[in-house]
Amino acid sequence: MSEPMLALTGVHTHIGQYHILQGVDLTVPRGELTVLLGRNGAGKTTTLRTIMGLWHASRGALLFDGRDITQAATPDISCAGIAYVPENMGIFSDLTVRENLLLAARAGEPDTARLEWIFGFFPALKKFWNQAAGTLSGGQKQMLAIARAIVEPRKLLLVDEPTKGLAPAIIQSLIAAFRELKAMETTILLVEQNFGFVKSLGDTVAVMDDGRIVHSGRMDELAEDRDLQQKLLGLSLDTHQ
Amino acid sequence: MILQRLLSGDFPRSRFLTALLLAVFTGLALAPFLFPGARALNVAATVCVFVVLVASYDLLLGYTGIVSFAHTMFYGIGAYGVGLSLHSVGPTWGAVFMGLTIALMLSLALALVIGLFSLRVKAIFYAMITLAVASAFAVLASQLSDFTGGEDGRTFGVPELLRPGFRLVEAEVFGTAINGKLITYYLVFCSALALFLLLLRVVNSPFGRVLQAIRENDFRAEALGYRTVVYRTLANCLSAVVATLAGALMALWLRYAGPQTTLSFTIMMDILLIVVIGGMGTLYGAVVGAALFILAQNYLQALMKQGSDALAAVPLLANLLHPDRWLLWLGVLFVLSVYFFPTGIVGKLRGKSK
Amino acid sequence: MTTTPPAATADAELPRLRLDTPPLLVLPILALLALPLIGSFPTWVTLTVAGLAMGMMIFIMASGLTLVFGLMDVLNFGHGAFVSVGAFTATLVLLPMQGWMQADSVLMNLTALGLAIALAMLVTGALGWAFERIIVMPVYGQHLKQILITMGGMIVAEQMIHVVWGPDQIPLPLPTSFRGVILVGDAAIEKYRLIAVAVGLVVFAAMFLVLNRTKVGLLIRAGVENGEMVEALGYRIRRLFVVVFVAGSALAGLGGVLWGLYKETLTAAMGADIMVLVFIVIIIGGLGSVGGCFIGALLVALVANYTGFLAPKIALVSNILLMVAILLWRPQGLYPVAKR
Ligand SMILES: Nc1ncnc2c1ncn2[C@@H]1O[C@H](COP(=O)(O)OP(=O)(O)OP(=O)(O)O)[C@@H](O)[C@H]1O
Ligand SMILES: [Mg+2]
Repeated sequence: MSEPMLALTGVHTHIGQYHILQGVDLTVPRGELTVLLGRNGAGKTTTLRTIMGLWHASRGALLFDGRDITQAATPDISCAGIAYVPENMGIFSDLTVRENLLLAARAGEPDTARLEWIFGFFPALKKFWNQAAGTLSGGQKQMLAIARAIVEPRKLLLVDEPTKGLAPAIIQSLIAAFRELKAMETTILLVEQNFGFVKSLGDTVAVMDDGRIVHSGRMDELAEDRDLQQKLLGLSLDTHQ
Repeated sequence: MILQRLLSGDFPRSRFLTALLLAVFTGLALAPFLFPGARALNVAATVCVFVVLVASYDLLLGYTGIVSFAHTMFYGIGAYGVGLSLHSVGPTWGAVFMGLTIALMLSLALALVIGLFSLRVKAIFYAMITLAVASAFAVLASQLSDFTGGEDGRTFGVPELLRPGFRLVEAEVFGTAINGKLITYYLVFCSALALFLLLLRVVNSPFGRVLQAIRENDFRAEALGYRTVVYRTLANCLSAVVATLAGALMALWLRYAGPQTTLSFTIMMDILLIVVIGGMGTLYGAVVGAALFILAQNYLQALMKQGSDALAAVPLLANLLHPDRWLLWLGVLFVLSVYFFPTGIVGKLRGKSK
Repeated sequence: MTTTPPAATADAELPRLRLDTPPLLVLPILALLALPLIGSFPTWVTLTVAGLAMGMMIFIMASGLTLVFGLMDVLNFGHGAFVSVGAFTATLVLLPMQGWMQADSVLMNLTALGLAIALAMLVTGALGWAFERIIVMPVYGQHLKQILITMGGMIVAEQMIHVVWGPDQIPLPLPTSFRGVILVGDAAIEKYRLIAVAVGLVVFAAMFLVLNRTKVGLLIRAGVENGEMVEALGYRIRRLFVVVFVAGSALAGLGGVLWGLYKETLTAAMGADIMVLVFIVIIIGGLGSVGGCFIGALLVALVANYTGFLAPKIALVSNILLMVAILLWRPQGLYPVAKR
């Protein structure tokens, strides 16, 4: 097997005086969709933020595409080829949909063909092209946030709980989008609590609890092994309705 | 022990600092006898008042983490309250107390309103709003000249006991006349001492510790169940009240209240400087800082003048050393100490002794 | 004044365009209310133009400050220094070119003034760059130190003006062709005020275009709302910040020249004095909002001019009263900036 796209080894992260990540070991294989599961407060968001350089690891190493990014600054990490969709979506509500995508396209203008491809599964973005992003609905904002991350091809996509608070219909269009991305062999690290949503999408899976990875393996194995699910996710499915 | 009670258990914790504080204390307590002469006594009284003024400011800046630019406003309210009352009613104790009461109530009301209005938001908001309010107040004081005497301020008579002409006993003690000026000095000194000890008690009480917790992490303090706005507003009010009293003392001492001696922005800068140089978050910093600063202000400027005169031939350098450029050097000192000595003199001394 | 806009409903499938108009209406309403109180139309016109001129100048000085705050959460209490330095730097050109200034030729006047403004903006821009490096950068994220240090920086800058230009105020007469009044009907309008309004409008328009039409402008607006996300998209927010800081300082310098010519005398403290108004303006406008800053500046200046005429004693505190009124209506200012 080829070298993984992203590898975290023994990563510790402190936020202020709190010790949040306590030795995270995580690998994201190339061209696959890796799902990161875990209950509320397990440290999933903190893991993604540490990868993006928004927090810095106090110990351990992060290797991205063969490059050490442990101490790199956020813009450098982004330019190295990681796109990030944060938990709160981070869209610029004052700017229009077009302007949001314009900023995400570092080459200048977004590529027209790629835009059309995105409009294929997120038609709302085309419809509200010149509308302030703050006026979009929650689902449309999530679409915009994802569109922003894929408007140019990137090596790795980090997505934090995209289904949070969304209606089933919109979740369907997100599934469609992720299938498209998988078809193009995009490497994705997807944080989720909604097991149903990721069961069919994920190739590999890692489960977090209390700032550590407590399980990692193939998704199909976990999907079949009810006992393991119960053991690992009973926690998270309890807290999640 | 009595000392323990008096200092509320908050000892200087450094031998050199203790010596310094003792020197300042003895110097001030015996000033009329040690340093005869009107100028020296004036310096001593100013130090007394500034210790209180700066200590009350430190309650805000150092202990609570609030930057206020309105401290001179409260100081001015105290001075004007006593001054205008004595001016219009006449030199009686009744007038002193009436003026003081009105001033305290006004200060309290203003501190409460400003606090409740802006302390819920960020420190920066409060700094801007106090700056605006204080400058409006200063303009008001100098423009309502029928009432306040405008730019010239007001001179006024003080009660008999405090007049320089008054003699308590005819004889001289250690070559010093026991007159009204001396009595005024001791009134200022004792009030200042009492107020300082009171502040020391406050910052070492549970209330003071909550303030410090808020300064360190207001989010967490709120989570622990403390109403940060209430605590901050209380600190703000207390600090305003003490500043008002300091202003009243200064007015009694000077027998004058005017914008330059109370409301001006220069005084606000002086306060900030003393707090930072003395050491934020420790009241002893106010004592050390105020003593050094006032001494320097009164005697170093003369030195600068000599330097400037000597360099008269070199135009720019002479300007740099001109006594009017005193503030330039203070500014530089200020910036440098915020960077390099954020804990000030007291912090340095304590750090060394540990 | 209680009509707040309808809150955008979360589940709306069709997003509604929410245009926040009430703040825009305050200005004309205020001007119209003042008319019957003042009683005389020509006086009203004079006062209104004076207010607009003053407002434009304050806007020019304040706009950079509000953006700097929005972008990096940095409030520069030393911003006023750039105003003073700008005005004093202009004298380096204007005093030697007295002849050009006093000549009865618009072209010569404009050349002299243009040169002075260019130099002033260059110097204040450079000073802003140095200020950011030396004074502000080491204390990012530490509000307390920031306030203290920038305040100290201002004192030093103000004192250095005294060292270089001496302790006295410097007279700065207007160029010949800008002096005098234009009569519109019965209303006398000072020419210079019209020029100030024009310059202010040009600056506002330019700023509007940059912020809406260029990528840097979009990044600045995005950064004010969510700096982390701008970084996550691969842009260095610090670089943006330096650009804004320098531009804001240069604008403060421009404002200083205009303000100095308006007052026709320069004092080293002029920047510190105007800062009080500037702070009130950016609080009223909503910290970080350029549009709010524009309306806030005009509002403050109009109120100051109207009350100065109607009730001079109240005028001294009119700004504070206005600020209190606005904050009671909208606690975060007229146009609160959405934050994270
Ligand atoms: N800024 C912060 N300051 C202090 N603690 C924080 C901060 N951000 C997160 N934490 C703590 O870090 C822990 C992990 O948080 P994180 O957001 O990574 O969890 P998560 O797995 O993403 O949870 P969720 O499913 O709720 O999003 C939590 O206990 C949280 O309280
Ligand atoms: Mg999370």
